[in-house]
Amino acid sequence: MRKASITLKLNGVSRRVEVAANDTLLEVLREKLGVKTAKIGCDRGDCGTCTVLMDGRTVRACLVLAMEAEGTRIETVEGLSKNGGTPLQKAFVKRNSFQCGFCAPGVTLSATELLRRNPRPSRHEIQEAIGGNLCRCTGYLPIIEAIEDAAGGKD
Amino acid sequence: MPRTTAKNGKKTAQPALPVGRHGLKLSLPPDADSAPKGAKAASREGLRSVGKSSQRVDGWEKVSGVAQFVDDIEFGPGLLYAALVESPHAHARILRVDTKAAEAVAGVVRVLTGKDFPFKFGLYMKDRYVFAQDRVRFVGEQVAAVVAWDAKTALRAARLVKVDYEELPPILDPMTALEDGADLIHPELGDYPHVPWFFPKAKTNVAHWRKTRKGDAAKGFKDADVVLEDTYTVPRYAHCAIEVHGAVGLYDNSGRLTVWTASQSPFTQRNLFAEALSPLGLTHKDVRVVTPYIGGGFGGKAGVSMEILGAAIAAKVQGHPVKVLWSRAQEFVNTYQRQGVVAKIKLGAKKDGTITALEHKLYWDAGAYVEYGANVVNAAGLSASGPYRVDNLHIDSVCVYTNLPPGGPYRGFGYSEFMFGLESHVTRMAQKLKMDPVEFRRKNAIKEGDILPYGAAMNPTGIQEAIDKVAAEIEWGRAVPSKDARKAVGKSLVLFWKSPAMPPNASSSAFLKFNEDASLNILVSGMELGQGLLTAMAQVASEILSVPVSKIRVETPDTDRNPYEWQTVGSHVTWGCGNAVLKAAVDAREQIFDLVERSLHLDRASLYLEDSAVKSRNKPGWSLPLKSFVIAGIQVEDHTYKGGPIMGRGVFMPEFSSAISDPETGQGGHPNVHYTTGAAGVVVSVDRETGKVRILKATLAVDVGRAINPGLVDQQVIGGLLQGFATALYEDMRFDAKGRIMNANFSDYKIPTALDIPDKTVPIIVEVPQPDGPFGARGVGEHTMIPAAPLIANAVEDAVGARIKSMPVTAEKIALALRKGA
Repeated sequence: MRKASITLKLNGVSRRVEVAANDTLLEVLREKLGVKTAKIGCDRGDCGTCTVLMDGRTVRACLVLAMEAEGTRIETVEGLSKNGGTPLQKAFVKRNSFQCGFCAPGVTLSATELLRRNPRPSRHEIQEAIGGNLCRCTGYLPIIEAIEDAAGGKD
Repeated sequence: MPRTTAKNGKKTAQPALPVGRHGLKLSLPPDADSAPKGAKAASREGLRSVGKSSQRVDGWEKVSGVAQFVDDIEFGPGLLYAALVESPHAHARILRVDTKAAEAVAGVVRVLTGKDFPFKFGLYMKDRYVFAQDRVRFVGEQVAAVVAWDAKTALRAARLVKVDYEELPPILDPMTALEDGADLIHPELGDYPHVPWFFPKAKTNVAHWRKTRKGDAAKGFKDADVVLEDTYTVPRYAHCAIEVHGAVGLYDNSGRLTVWTASQSPFTQRNLFAEALSPLGLTHKDVRVVTPYIGGGFGGKAGVSMEILGAAIAAKVQGHPVKVLWSRAQEFVNTYQRQGVVAKIKLGAKKDGTITALEHKLYWDAGAYVEYGANVVNAAGLSASGPYRVDNLHIDSVCVYTNLPPGGPYRGFGYSEFMFGLESHVTRMAQKLKMDPVEFRRKNAIKEGDILPYGAAMNPTGIQEAIDKVAAEIEWGRAVPSKDARKAVGKSLVLFWKSPAMPPNASSSAFLKFNEDASLNILVSGMELGQGLLTAMAQVASEILSVPVSKIRVETPDTDRNPYEWQTVGSHVTWGCGNAVLKAAVDAREQIFDLVERSLHLDRASLYLEDSAVKSRNKPGWSLPLKSFVIAGIQVEDHTYKGGPIMGRGVFMPEFSSAISDPETGQGGHPNVHYTTGAAGVVVSVDRETGKVRILKATLAVDVGRAINPGLVDQQVIGGLLQGFATALYEDMRFDAKGRIMNANFSDYKIPTALDIPDKTVPIIVEVPQPDGPFGARGVGEHTMIPAAPLIANAVEDAVGARIKSMPVTAEKIALALRKGA
């Protein structure tokens, strides 16, 4: 299997890592770069639990080859959580938005992307933005309401 | 005359308790101050932590991404990976397993087969094997495992294991399996060890037959003015927790086996691992199970399924941790599935709406192994009357082996399954009687003191209040015209009930330790599944000890560190584990009062706890902060110290419960500790052309006895209803004619997304206290899913007149029914 070194910016820090041609970004993040918030849920792009931000856009890390990440900026929840977290994360905590919490990192990144692009989303836009992140516990409502709180500037 | 269990002379676990507003004994400890006495006990006033919607103690841990799940734990470069060789056949004899080619692959450490583990295991019936022995019984069953230094090599080598099979005809539905002369799926069934309340029929495919007989059903039907009979079918369903099952086992060179699992049941797993592997010389003290956070359970991670592989394989590669992690496809196939059921219902009623008799026959597609699933069948067989007073009752709940994946527990544990037929049927009976279906339910709904199907008395219930509140919320009786001529609006209201299904001696325990700053660590083995158990336990201890929830840490279990809990299933831990924590907190409080009395010579009866300090009613203004002595002790006149670390201990066992009864009637035991009851309603719109259903409003009122954290109860309602609506509207597992699953992924087995939620969901909490619950609490969790399916079926009929008698009630079925009707 061919290997190559890639360099990417992970949560603002430059990282160099050796990857195989068939390694996914998810495998490299979890096994070589210490990122555990991107989870394995289906390994085929259905569930959204491996969502990360690549150059500001959400991607499913299980569907991206690690080599495609060369030179990109990757953001994960580890990066958002310093210094007490973002207003969105605070809204999630306040609303008790998550139950088991397994989908939380993916949902957080999808909602983060939404709020950066559209600071005042409608409820339907929120539902669309997190529509690719499956959650089996919450019925989504406490998550949607927290995103509305964060968008409305409530904290 | 309504009677409570306590007044019945049956022993409850809580002695001498204060009396609440319903005249019941409440499980509130007699603290001079913090536990309000008398009528005040059942009110919210006077409670400082219980009844508040406090923030989750695990909230930031999960939102920040710090929370670890089993696959997130690092085991270093010594970690091995196992990949499974699985049966491609639903039923076949194994003739030969050739592992040579796989063993020759570079990086492969070991190839293991059934020969390495001639052991059976199982929770209630030992009918399952670590690896298939001479026969495979479902597609996907584990036949061998390849252990390698990396996951990809293990997977590649697993494909090189050659297994020769002799195919046998598979049996894929329970009615075929019940036919005379049907092939036997387990020819040795008669030899399998099982709990005494199971009744397998040797030399048949019947693994268990729960019979419940009460009154005289034949006479009841004779007395009826209307008798209605029909059959309802429910397919199999998948839990679809977003985290797949995983286990990492390490059998170290000292002979210690540690298994990290994604599980609801650490102690049950320890017990079953130790039992199954005892031929290797392991005893319980050598086995440790650690369960970090799990990414959803819903019953799918209860008991032991694939985790046995992590334990067993580890035992054969001593010195190295080995990981077994399911793929999403394996998650669909080789864990537990919710069992399908064929329900034959015959209901009799008088013109005035009185139910005179019910015959409920349930034939369960229990799958290839029923070690857990048979207890789902048992639970349904004890309670398939639904929450109704039925004097003449005849229930047969039959657990049938098939060549489909093992059935097992899934949120609702039999009740989600049988309530579809029963609550559909109840509405149809009301129609036959020309009676309002809500009025019919109100008239027959069970009351406190009514005799349950197995002969014991019903616990206190707020079901009438729940009916009233739901009826008001959906404006029952007020027709809603559709604004769109292509659509019709319909409503429905149904009831639900459920009891925990657990052995009569399922116990809970808790330790509670003070730290120097009077913060607390609580050790329990109730599992945080997402429901908020850790938070609820912190609130219970906070209430007794006056320490704020923010200063209490409760963590997920490790069987070496945390005390025993049977399993986190059946919506029983708020009640059972909550009682243990309550007792541990009272134990600690009593130690504190003892110490203050003997070292400071204060009148013990005057002492109370407030704001993390001891105070005395006799000395206003005096206060002794807990942090000054809970570790260090209290210094007395001669400069010596009295006391020492304060540690509480609590144990709870439902000592009134018994599972032994007459096998022919089910009468005589007290198998169920209590029932949680309630009512739910929906308003839907149905597209007359496409059959598509939109839920305009959903509401559910549940009598939780006492909401320890009302916000978390609301969330159970919102989440559970959506999970239920998905089973009602579009989910189901599809198998082909050879027993192969056709939709083992989220593209083909669709679960709801954020776009699929009801337009509005209204949770309603009813609180009629449970006499033996902590602060009056009883279980909630599963209950919120149970009414979803009949709600949809009844509301669809109300809207467009189509009665769908098989789940799911898909748009396709509705549209076809409308076309046929037109």
